[in-house]
Amino acid sequence: MGKPASTMSKKAGAFMNWVDERLPVTKFYNDHLAKYYAPKNFNFWYYMGSLALMILVMQILTGIFLTMHYKPSAELAFASVEYIMRDVEWGWLIRYMHSTGASFFFIVVYLHMFRALLYGSHRKPRELLWILGMLIYLTLMAEAFMGYVLPWGQMSYWGAQVIINLFGAIPAIGEPLTEWIRGDYFISDATLNRFFALHVIALPLALLALVVLHLAALHETGSNNPDGIEIKKNKDADGIPLDGIPFHPYYTVKDIFGVSMFLLIFAFIIFFWPEAGGLFLEHDNFVPANPLVTPEHIKPVWYFTPFYAILKAVPDKLMGVMLMGVSVMILFFVPWLDRSPVKSIRYRPLRFKLMLALFAFAFVRLGMLGMAEGTPSQTIEMRIWTFVYFAFFILLYFLSPKERTKPVPDRVTH
Amino acid sequence: MKTLNVVLQASLLALALTLVSSAQAASGGGHVEHAGVNARDVASVQRGAKIFMNYCLSCHSASYMRYNRLADDLSLNEDLVMQNLVFSDAKIGDTMDIAMQAAQSEKWFGKTPPDLSLVARSRGVDWLFTYMKTFYQDENGGWNNLALPNAAMPHVLWQLQGIQKPVYTTHGDAEVIDHLTLATPGLLSPEEYDETARDLVTFLDYLSEPAKLKRKNIGIWVMLFLSVFAFLAYLLKAEFWRDVH
Repeated sequence: MGKPASTMSKKAGAFMNWVDERLPVTKFYNDHLAKYYAPKNFNFWYYMGSLALMILVMQILTGIFLTMHYKPSAELAFASVEYIMRDVEWGWLIRYMHSTGASFFFIVVYLHMFRALLYGSHRKPRELLWILGMLIYLTLMAEAFMGYVLPWGQMSYWGAQVIINLFGAIPAIGEPLTEWIRGDYFISDATLNRFFALHVIALPLALLALVVLHLAALHETGSNNPDGIEIKKNKDADGIPLDGIPFHPYYTVKDIFGVSMFLLIFAFIIFFWPEAGGLFLEHDNFVPANPLVTPEHIKPVWYFTPFYAILKAVPDKLMGVMLMGVSVMILFFVPWLDRSPVKSIRYRPLRFKLMLALFAFAFVRLGMLGMAEGTPSQTIEMRIWTFVYFAFFILLYFLSPKERTKPVPDRVTH
Repeated sequence: MKTLNVVLQASLLALALTLVSSAQAASGGGHVEHAGVNARDVASVQRGAKIFMNYCLSCHSASYMRYNRLADDLSLNEDLVMQNLVFSDAKIGDTMDIAMQAAQSEKWFGKTPPDLSLVARSRGVDWLFTYMKTFYQDENGGWNNLALPNAAMPHVLWQLQGIQKPVYTTHGDAEVIDHLTLATPGLLSPEEYDETARDLVTFLDYLSEPAKLKRKNIGIWVMLFLSVFAFLAYLLKAEFWRDVH
């Protein structure tokens, strides 16, 4: 038998007061969960942020356990991954969670970014939120690239070779720069060791810091929503947005549902299709790295292939590298390229919907072409889709201010 | 609007190319035969293990695989494995290594026979099945293979399959192999040999990922649990959100 409930809660309350006077736990809980008001009209696209956060945590946790058994050495790396797959208790599950998690991180982040384009979530006053998100995306690309090198299979080795050599295209400093990155004259044990250090310490720390800033910026401005209107413009007498609901419990329970649906798909891949037909784990990467044997067809993992296709579309190496760089960096400027009077696609003309659809299709198709062998007709196709990719941003800048938009409601709709 | 039209026209052109190239991809394709293996068919894995130990493991290693793992997964007694499947002085907890030195084998075959632990994951089971079925003897009496032209490996299972010879056809100016014909029958009928090759590939499939057996069994329970969890999570969400709508 315990003490009566009222005495218990009194004691708990006194304890919380004691803590709050020293550390603002309750204030933090209220500011960011219980009294943080989010628009009530979030749809499917708004699951991606919480899912990305969950995957980050999962990657860190599974990564810790992988690090306990992995050997960052050119001699032992490949065998240690097989050791994890065969001899470590549940090692195969942890490894598949990590490898599948990497791909799903990108799927979720791409959908998250597309959501911003749909509803103008990057527009004023959320430009910094978008830029922090882009920095997370860049860090994630580096993190994924270095992680892919660690199993030390043929595609780890030769993929790294191709990507690091891209820096060699830079005039004058190119060659010394690639040597500096590799720590050797070729991809070697030294490269593997430093990539391991960056993958397990440096970049995850940077990612966590950026995610904290991304959330801080989000909670400063508050979330955008599918209608692209500011809920803070309509408040009740207590200063609570009329179209807002407390994040906790409403969005915590909703996100738990989102997480469970996500995990269904995620578990299906892990348990029944972990290679995803060679997309998530490439066939050639089950052959140990061999500097003397070049694989027939070298390609990066799927989440890099749209940019890789843009690189391949240009005959000149330096120009290709520059265009590829621009194709990523141009995303930073989207908040200023989009000058439409409204934010959400719901109130924008058919012209914008068409442009965005073409842009999305170009991105997906470039991704497919980036993996392909590269026949002449595919090269032509890559060039056209590259043109469409860049045309989106240019047209956006020039056409968006003159858009014939539909009237935007004052309050959010369902 | 003019520029938008240009982009639209370009996109249409690219879409047409997309359709053409996907049609080409669909009509193309190599001469790989579908193996139809199932690594969870334990009897087939056991038969394949026997073939592997007898014919493959003298030149090829499987150095990520332990003998006792095999015993565990295939529900075999460890003594039984030692007596019937281990032909070297290996102990039950050892990995499947071979005595042949890499330098020696390179001299004999021109290439060190690759470790086969992961070959089913790098090559794919269909390719392996096709490879084991398309060895033939060329004009010089040497072994060759349709799936891997000029393979360094001789046809180790030739006594079982018999000897196949190529039948040529002219394709433009070049003479190419149309199909293979069984010139000298082996100990097994073609159907029996297919089964043997399938068993071997099934074992290689298991060998490449022993966890596969457990993985799918667990997966079903995980999916069931998550379905129930998702349903409850939905009910919880619906209950809370009644006051929002």
